[in-house]
Amino acid sequence: MPHSMLGVSLAPPRWVRILGWFALLFLAVSQVTGFMISAPDRDMGTLQKIMYVHVPAAWTAFLAFTYVFGTSVAYLWKRDLKYDLLAAAAAETGVVLTGLTLALGSIWGRPTWGVWWTWDPRLTTTAILFMIFAGYLALRSFVEDDEQRARWSAAVGILGFINVPIVYFSVQWWRTIHQVQSTPATVDPLYKLGLRLNAFAFLFLMIFFIALRYHAARLERAAEARREEDALTEGTIHV
Amino acid sequence: MASELIRIRAMVWKDLTAERRTKANFNAVAFLAGAILLLFGFALGPDAAALEAAAGGMIWLTVLFSGVLSFNRSYEKELEGGALEALLLYPGDRRSIYLGKLIANFAFVLLVEAILLPAAAVLYDLPLHTMVLPLAGVLLLGTFGFVTLGTFYAAMASRLRAREVLLPLLLFPMLIPLLVACVEATQAIIDQDAMGFAGSWMKLLVVFDVVFFVAAYFAFDYVIEA
Amino acid sequence: MLAYLEDDLERARRSRAALPAGMPGSGTAALAHSPSSRQQPRMSNASLAIDLDGVARRFARRWVLRGVTLRVQPGEVVGLTGNNGSGKTTLLRIVSTLLRPTRGGGSVFGHDLVNDAAAVRPYIGYLGHAAGLYDDLTAFENLRFSVRMAGLDVGAGVLDEALERVRLDEFRNERTRGFSAGMRRRLGVARLLVRPPRLLLLDEPYASFDVDGITLVNELASSVAEAGGATLIATHDVARGRGVLTRMVRIVEGRLVQRTLDEEEAYLAGRPPAPPLEAEA
Repeated sequence: MPHSMLGVSLAPPRWVRILGWFALLFLAVSQVTGFMISAPDRDMGTLQKIMYVHVPAAWTAFLAFTYVFGTSVAYLWKRDLKYDLLAAAAAETGVVLTGLTLALGSIWGRPTWGVWWTWDPRLTTTAILFMIFAGYLALRSFVEDDEQRARWSAAVGILGFINVPIVYFSVQWWRTIHQVQSTPATVDPLYKLGLRLNAFAFLFLMIFFIALRYHAARLERAAEARREEDALTEGTIHV
Repeated sequence: MASELIRIRAMVWKDLTAERRTKANFNAVAFLAGAILLLFGFALGPDAAALEAAAGGMIWLTVLFSGVLSFNRSYEKELEGGALEALLLYPGDRRSIYLGKLIANFAFVLLVEAILLPAAAVLYDLPLHTMVLPLAGVLLLGTFGFVTLGTFYAAMASRLRAREVLLPLLLFPMLIPLLVACVEATQAIIDQDAMGFAGSWMKLLVVFDVVFFVAAYFAFDYVIEA
Repeated sequence: MLAYLEDDLERARRSRAALPAGMPGSGTAALAHSPSSRQQPRMSNASLAIDLDGVARRFARRWVLRGVTLRVQPGEVVGLTGNNGSGKTTLLRIVSTLLRPTRGGGSVFGHDLVNDAAAVRPYIGYLGHAAGLYDDLTAFENLRFSVRMAGLDVGAGVLDEALERVRLDEFRNERTRGFSAGMRRRLGVARLLVRPPRLLLLDEPYASFDVDGITLVNELASSVAEAGGATLIATHDVARGRGVLTRMVRIVEGRLVQRTLDEEEAYLAGRPPAPPLEAEA
């Protein structure tokens, strides 16, 4: 395997590569299973199958942001930049997953209810979560100093995550006051199996993406560390 | 502990006095608030019923859009002459800086609201003077949460190039529960609904305020460092 | 250019000789022309005033300090010099805990700069380039704010006395907006008079000061040192610090080179310098 001179192998660690293939395979199997084993939904037909992506994406996004919270706390405690890189990788993954959730939710909602957006509590909370962590990523892009960026991101990540239950509760209550509409739920037990399978598939995918992104960040950091060292040792004392 | 109180008082006094002497900031914000109220009126149309139904929302959006301007400004004075570094060098808890600025910003936004509310009452024909007490409750709780998070995020945003964009971008999504609660409570009070609703939303506001005050207070130390 | 420097040094020597012995600021333990006759700093078991070990700091890609090792005993007044951009201000800011070092570390009076920064800050008095004033407040109000932010609540009398000593008393109630650079710095000195620090950090204190101001600064520097603290002065101007400095260090390519005052002046004057000693002490 090609090694850079940076002390970090250019290729991702073996477990990551294996996980990637496994996750892809698992996803394929789960999706196919989901399509085949449960009958088209009574009310929504084949469109319901979109739930096999939409719901797992939402769940894993939430997991990713929980991970951001954990690594942010770890950074402030240990001050090891590794935690900041992990947090950023997880945040990026989470933002992509929330974006996917929102897009799919919208696509599902259009034929179902005739509108592109429904203010459904979970969907709305997801949208807010998307904005909060998009802001997290935007902040990072403006701070140049590593250490300051890590500290500030950690603070923003922690506060942002704390808000999730509050947001969810307030949106849910707000909706109950103003509308009576409820999301039709599918009761088919086979549907639940498909959902669970896909949930795991997405979990593996999420871990893979975070690990891959973290690896890329480590490579960047190693390259920079090398440049740092070179710049530090060059130059002699002239008097 | 006593020394921290001295520090906090000094900070509050300094921010408010500097503000009072320039007045530039307060006047601008107050005028902007008035302008936004007008714009809302035009956007929603002259129908009195529609305006009254949307009054809670219009008032609080106006508070948010005009108030957000004051947060970055409260740090600008520190950034101009190297005063922030002087602040960071003083012995003592740096979180007292946060408390001082929070109190000063709180007073500032309350003052803007004191002008905004009568203006809204006039523009939208709302008998606000009959509901002063419950409204005051919502205003105090809502403004406190707003200022808690605004002061916190501005400590970061004000030191970056894109401060005008970054502060709203970071702050507004976080304020959504507060906005919902304030709008609902205010509207409930205006519509003379069962007090139960407004009361419950105010409980949510209390939770929001406490959670984020504690979180921001502890996180401030990490954020104000040079 | 050499002639200019020689003139400068000559003028400084002459003006120093003109000061009556015993006057504060004339650098008298004895009216010394060479640093060796100045009182040696106490070598005691007390913690070092400054103890830096391999401090390095970079900004983005550029290393400003590459490994600074410095030990300052209580009682010393150390001059820090170097070309523009050499890192003098950065070093001062690290010692004051405003900046964290990228590598290495250190302590001030036994308290670690990184892990125990809050304990370091009470020792520090800093007079930097920017005065850190609020232009909508008066001189008196600015001074009072500073003192209160240090957690102290002193009476107006003490503040007025300090203003008087720095000759700003007639501007007491004027907003600092219109103040010149020299006046701002004098207000900074007033702060340090009200709350004398144990470790005094001065960044180019002789710039924008007249003779009286310079005397004030030097008085402050030596009184801090004499009280058991230490002073670190970043300056180009060795001559003006002649009276108070006990030794010089120069930042070259991000590291420290130790010199005596005579060597430093010789270097500035362009004469071949004595072989430099690696920074230690």
